[in-house]
Amino acid sequence: MAVIALLIGFSFIIAVGFLAAFLWSVKSGQYDDKYTPSVRMLFDNDKEIK
Amino acid sequence: MEKSSTLTGSKSLCFHCGDTVRGEQVVHDGKLFCCSGCKIVYEILQQNDLCNYYSIQQTPGISPSPIEISRFSFLNDEKIQQQLLDFSDGKTASVTFSLPTIHCSSCIWLLEQLYKLDNGIIQSRVDYLKKQVAIKFDIKKTSLKNIVVLLSTIGYEPELQLDAVDKKMESEITRSLYYKIGVAAFCFGNSMLFSFPEYLGFDATEMFLRPIFSYLNLLLALPIFFYCSADYFVSAIGGLRKKIINIDVPIALGIVLLFGRSAYEIISQTGPGFVDSMSGLLMFLLLGRVFQSKTYDRLNFERNYKSYFPLSVRLKKNSVETTVPISSLKKGDRIIIRNNEIIPADGMLLRGSAAIDYSFVTGESTSIEKVLGELIYAGGKQSGGIIELEVTKEVSQSYLTQLWNNFNETVREKGQLSELSNSVSKYFTIVVLIVSFGVLFYWLPKDVKTAVNAFTGILIVACPCALAISIPFTLGTTLRIFGRNNFYLKNNSVIETLSKIDTIVFDKTGTITHAQQSSAEFVGDKLTYEEVQATYSLAKNSIHPISKMISDQLTGEQVTVENYSEQIGSGISGTVNSKIYKLGSRPFIKNGIILKGNINETRTYLSIDDEVKGYFLIKNLYRDGLDDVLSSLSKKIHFSVVSGDNESERVKLQSIFPVGTELQFNQTPTDKLNYVKSLQEQGKRVLMIGDGLNDAGALLQSNLGIAVSENVSQFSPSSDAIVSGESFGKIAQFIKFASLSMKIVVASFVLAFIYNSFGIYFALQGQLTPIMAAILMPASSITIVFFTTISTQLFAKKRGLL
Repeated sequence: MAVIALLIGFSFIIAVGFLAAFLWSVKSGQYDDKYTPSVRMLFDNDKEIK
Repeated sequence: MEKSSTLTGSKSLCFHCGDTVRGEQVVHDGKLFCCSGCKIVYEILQQNDLCNYYSIQQTPGISPSPIEISRFSFLNDEKIQQQLLDFSDGKTASVTFSLPTIHCSSCIWLLEQLYKLDNGIIQSRVDYLKKQVAIKFDIKKTSLKNIVVLLSTIGYEPELQLDAVDKKMESEITRSLYYKIGVAAFCFGNSMLFSFPEYLGFDATEMFLRPIFSYLNLLLALPIFFYCSADYFVSAIGGLRKKIINIDVPIALGIVLLFGRSAYEIISQTGPGFVDSMSGLLMFLLLGRVFQSKTYDRLNFERNYKSYFPLSVRLKKNSVETTVPISSLKKGDRIIIRNNEIIPADGMLLRGSAAIDYSFVTGESTSIEKVLGELIYAGGKQSGGIIELEVTKEVSQSYLTQLWNNFNETVREKGQLSELSNSVSKYFTIVVLIVSFGVLFYWLPKDVKTAVNAFTGILIVACPCALAISIPFTLGTTLRIFGRNNFYLKNNSVIETLSKIDTIVFDKTGTITHAQQSSAEFVGDKLTYEEVQATYSLAKNSIHPISKMISDQLTGEQVTVENYSEQIGSGISGTVNSKIYKLGSRPFIKNGIILKGNINETRTYLSIDDEVKGYFLIKNLYRDGLDDVLSSLSKKIHFSVVSGDNESERVKLQSIFPVGTELQFNQTPTDKLNYVKSLQEQGKRVLMIGDGLNDAGALLQSNLGIAVSENVSQFSPSSDAIVSGESFGKIAQFIKFASLSMKIVVASFVLAFIYNSFGIYFALQGQLTPIMAAILMPASSITIVFFTTISTQLFAKKRGLL
């Protein structure tokens, strides 16, 4: 059963990784504007009209 | 520019901005435009292959107001640049503009393609909800001024403010809330996992895992206690210092005991502790905070007159014109004001003909003519030609600034804390403390261990999480529902105040009447088409608001007007087809016959070859839905009208408002404030509804101030709520829904108490186990979240607000 202690260690490290990712995403401003990106991604890329 | 008569249909819309085309029509490229401004924007976009703008959304454009490039020359000033720029390294610079006219996805698209219109622009990013654009540009290839001019030409004139409140602070607060939620959710999830084995029971072979799990839990409790809960401790201590038991006091108490007992149990190895309940509690509390922190970024409830003022003004010294910031204006300086510019300081008119529009200060829609040597107060907008003023008072001493400062001094601070939650939490805390100490003293002589268990158990399980989140979730939902109906509140507590008001004070002009859409009705002989055309063309020549109103009312083609002349304050005249047309006041029209009528109404007479044909009657129109508001509220609420205008509409108002309504006329801004104050001294809870800066004092003084605005992103005086003109008729519904929301809050309080008493029943006997707390506390929170949000939405649907 000692393996469970090891597994818990790993799961905890992974969870810490996700927490860090979340904190980083907040810091980088992903949650500052929650609307505009949803519109922006729908715009077509420029088509060259000759 | 072509003119077309085939497109005279009444419903023809401008291809660019979607406005109904009135008066003169502009056709270009087979498309109809309402003005040449719209056409110019279309041409610019067409030349740069940006016509996709029109395919994302129909008629997305904004009709640009005519701009004078020289107006922006102050942007070349280095000091001003430094204040506006976010960043500059000598090569590139970045700047954030607030563009109130952003309104659709086409706007986002176009504003992010700015680099195609100016190759100095490196990148532009729009924040739609904040109505901002962040622009990065090459300072060698373009300049701040060029960018502002470009934006203004395509209809997005930036709002330039030097004293703009730094919004970055606000985003830091929201961010820190997100950090805290992230940490709380992380601890909640993990501590639940670590607690499961304890709840399910360990085998004898697995007993060695027990301390590992519980110490891991204790580790998770540290960030929860020291980081996530910090705000609650601060608020509780702050409350206690002011001798208020706010809702955060029992919460903080609960958190301290949860942490203390968990730490004790884990270190002494006597139990698993309550770390999962504690982190769950914090997560729900913080979620409630996020839910209620939804604010309307793009709206500014704290605007003062400064945001309306220009940044700089043209100064004339020794016949040389320079641009200076308005703060450096001194007494005796000569300044030059052009058409549509705002007068920044009180001054004496030295040259030019002034027609000053004080609508921003007084709410009055007609402009006032001034003669040479007359004093002109700051805050007015010049319409017409260039004028020259001698500054008589510095900006900080001007009438408007004084007025504003007086308001802010006299007005008390408005309470932010919710009265309901505070009074409930006070009694709640007292009852819980009495019960817990009673139990402690009951058990102490018999069994010390049970006594401590029961005592801490009660305080833990009574921790009013469900209570604390019922307000944010109910009122947060209500706030969103109101927002959808174009009624924007400053914060949650406004809803509670709204549900309790018993007196409504209305301003007249612009509030219960439409500010702009006064109608000009022609009374008199029937005019031939030719005469209508001639009158239209004549009126079109003048920028006076009444002339504009008349030309808007008439449709026709513009014909040539000869010998046009404008006599300030009297009227206009011109010759069309060798007939002399005159539009103006009675003395201006010669041989004017005296027509009977109320002299308080504004009349503009028309004569052709000195024969009076009749007059245009300028009337204010009352808003749609005013009747509904009055009739559905008149039973419970007392009304008053305070107006800066004369008594001309008294009879009409008396017929609209229920009997007993107080009508006050000729009120100055200070009178309005004092009137509201006198009502409050009678114990009334006053809702003030106003629109202009002349109402600002009353809006601040009232228990609740609502500003009515035709365009919510544009100027409105500081207030607790902003309602858009079209939703004015729903105000009665809003007030009723606000009291309904408060009832939902009370109902959810009852629900929370049921859960609490259930937990307290076990805690009394010292039987509250961690697993019970771990089930009971999140269950009550989740129930409250669902109950409040769902019931609020259902009622809103039933009432037609969703």
